Amino acid sequence: MKNPYMPYPVRIDDIQIATEDRSLKTFKFVFLNKEDEEKFSYHAGQFAELSIPGKGEIPIGIASSPTEKGFVKFTVFKTGVVTSYLHDMKAGDIMGIRGPLGNWYPWEMLEKGKNIVIIGGGFAFTTLRSSIIYMLDPANRSKFGNIDVIYGSRSPGMLLYQNELFEWEKRDDINMNITVDGTDDPDWKYNVGFVPTIVEEKAPKADPDTYAIICGPPIMIKFTQPVLEKLGYRDDQIIMSLENRMKCGIGMCGRCNIGKELVCRDGPVFTLEQLNMTPKEY
Amino acid sequence: MKVIKIDKQNWTGGIDKSRENYQIFGPVKDKEHFVFKKLNLKEYPDMENALSVLSPKSILFPQSEKILAASLDESQDDHHIMKRVATDYSPRAVIGIMPCDAKAVQLVKLNFDTDDYRDPYWCDAYEATTFVGLAVNKPSIYDFTLSMGSGPFAEEGLDVLLVDCKDHFLAKVLSEKGDAFLKASGFTSEADADKSAKLINEIKNQAEKAIDAEKVKTEKLKEKSLLELHGASFWEDLSFSCINCGTCTFVCPTCWCFDIQDETKGKKAVRFRNWDSCMSPLFTLHASSHNPRAEKVQRVRQRFMHKLKYFVDKYDQGTMCVGCGRCVVHCPVNIDIREICNTMNSYEAEQA
Ligand SMILES: Cc1cc2nc3c(=O)[nH]c(=O)nc-3n(C[C@H](O)[C@H](O)[C@H](O)COP(=O)(O)OP(=O)(O)OC[C@H]3O[C@@H](n4cnc5c(N)ncnc54)[C@H](O)[C@@H]3O)c2cc1C
Ligand code: SF4
Ligand code: SF4
Ligand code: FES
Repeated sequence: MKNPYMPYPVRIDDIQIATEDRSLKTFKFVFLNKEDEEKFSYHAGQFAELSIPGKGEIPIGIASSPTEKGFVKFTVFKTGVVTSYLHDMKAGDIMGIRGPLGNWYPWEMLEKGKNIVIIGGGFAFTTLRSSIIYMLDPANRSKFGNIDVIYGSRSPGMLLYQNELFEWEKRDDINMNITVDGTDDPDWKYNVGFVPTIVEEKAPKADPDTYAIICGPPIMIKFTQPVLEKLGYRDDQIIMSLENRMKCGIGMCGRCNIGKELVCRDGPVFTLEQLNMTPKEY
Repeated sequence: MKVIKIDKQNWTGGIDKSRENYQIFGPVKDKEHFVFKKLNLKEYPDMENALSVLSPKSILFPQSEKILAASLDESQDDHHIMKRVATDYSPRAVIGIMPCDAKAVQLVKLNFDTDDYRDPYWCDAYEATTFVGLAVNKPSIYDFTLSMGSGPFAEEGLDVLLVDCKDHFLAKVLSEKGDAFLKASGFTSEADADKSAKLINEIKNQAEKAIDAEKVKTEKLKEKSLLELHGASFWEDLSFSCINCGTCTFVCPTCWCFDIQDETKGKKAVRFRNWDSCMSPLFTLHASSHNPRAEKVQRVRQRFMHKLKYFVDKYDQGTMCVGCGRCVVHCPVNIDIREICNTMNSYEAEQA
């Protein structure tokens, strides 16, 4: 068995500023050894440890989709030691990626024609982007029913992946509801309002074949849950991804637990039904 | 079962002989306390059954351990590419480990050696190690091993069990590794199997009688509801005096939690793994400053729930406490896992 602490060496291929306040950047990595790309085969919803020798490692959701080949992408918010250092790195720099880690959205079940409602807020849209790209791939689209997306941020300039969002808006096989908390842009064509409000107005009513995937700040999740309940969603139809503090990412260092579950290994994806059976330590 | 008789006058000579093939670890007195360490030539394990302050877990799981390193010198071809740090995994023997500490190694193994991932540092050290235990003839008043699936003469996790019989040791050979170690030490004189089994049993019964196995109860932990125990009101009281010093986690043979940290020196980067403690608020602090276990009561509850409920439910192999008594002895405010265990075991959910 290979050393699970050993990162694959990667080169930063490209860095894009993702939001107008420059607090988020999207990093595109290519593997130094081609075979490592195959070993890193992943599912939408998994995460990885970005490893900067001498600085440390950070768990980050994989923003690229398994259908995108030749690179992996992550979108990182600048907040502390490692993320700040990463924000100052340049294309061409060498670092490491360890993973893929954790479980993923339950694709095996969802691919049996389920309707999907994606609900995202702020910068917790990374693995949701991965999921949307994955589902919209021509090889996969027919495996799903309707796809609805409700995604909101503070202001238009804080939306991640803006070009893609507006492309998806134009398609008829995905139903986009982009929203912002507020804007003074007179040309803003989309919604204004908090995510839970837009969910209440625009999300499809519950149905045995409809599943909601939610990622966002705790406050958004807190107010979205009752709305989904009101719409009739059962707890096992509400799928969430947790972000506890992590180090090892492989279930050994002990810090990310909620009760007997380890978020890095048994999660990060849980249904609300599963979370109801664990202590609320997230 | 093969039993070897070792005359005490041959003991140090045998240890010296074994050094040709093994690194020797054992308990020695350091000022007034006992510590487990790697023994130099002319140093011999203290065979007095003293409870070392720290458990011997560091022999497989050092308090601070280099795991990876990389060069940051961009003129090197492999700059910024991490490599495993070379460590000496030649055969080693731990002599004089208490049976409960050897069982603790088996519990820790459940964490580091799994179907999905194998921690190579811990596992390589484990495979290199021969565990030569010393039965506890006179258990201390803090010993509650019999309640926790171990005991003063328990054999789980040991390759050899030594029993002190005044002028000689009887060595029960429990595995091939144990057999090989005894041979390498020149301890080859077989004792009469029946007679020695009888003698060992007598000493064992005597030792077990010194422990009140009924004092700590665990049999109902499994059937309790995890959420009800977690929500119980007794945690406030039990945690009140804790000062979150972390001593209980550091001295414990089964506490395996760790942190990973990087350091740089000149053009060299090293990644370390260090012992960590769930008693520290930093353990779970998110970058957003949100902390799921921000309160002391949550952290104290975590330690005991992990050992006495989460682990019990997850592995179905008993508790993640072997009853060594170290945390009871060393807690500065006398928080006592034996009482907490009984409280949990007898807990009935409060009526709503
Ligand atoms: C499963 C998962 C997915 C994530 N996905 C993303 C993402 O897509 N984009 C993004 O910007 N952020 C994401 N995060 C949060 C991100 O991991 C933290 O913001 C980051 O670790 C902070 O590192 P730092 O060194 O800059 O912060 P500091 O506060 O200086 O250092 C804290 C150190 O603690 C460790 N740590 C591990 N997990 C966390 C955590 N959740 N919060 C705080 N510290 C942590 C890291 O080793 C980190 O270096 C995710 C977290 C998890 C658990
Ligand atoms: S040793 Fe005692 S005071 Fe210190 S953290 Fe443990 S329980 Fe709390
Ligand atoms: S919890 Fe206390 S008594 Fe139990 S094994 Fe750890 S240190 Fe020993
Ligand atoms: S991050 Fe180490 S156990 Fe989950």
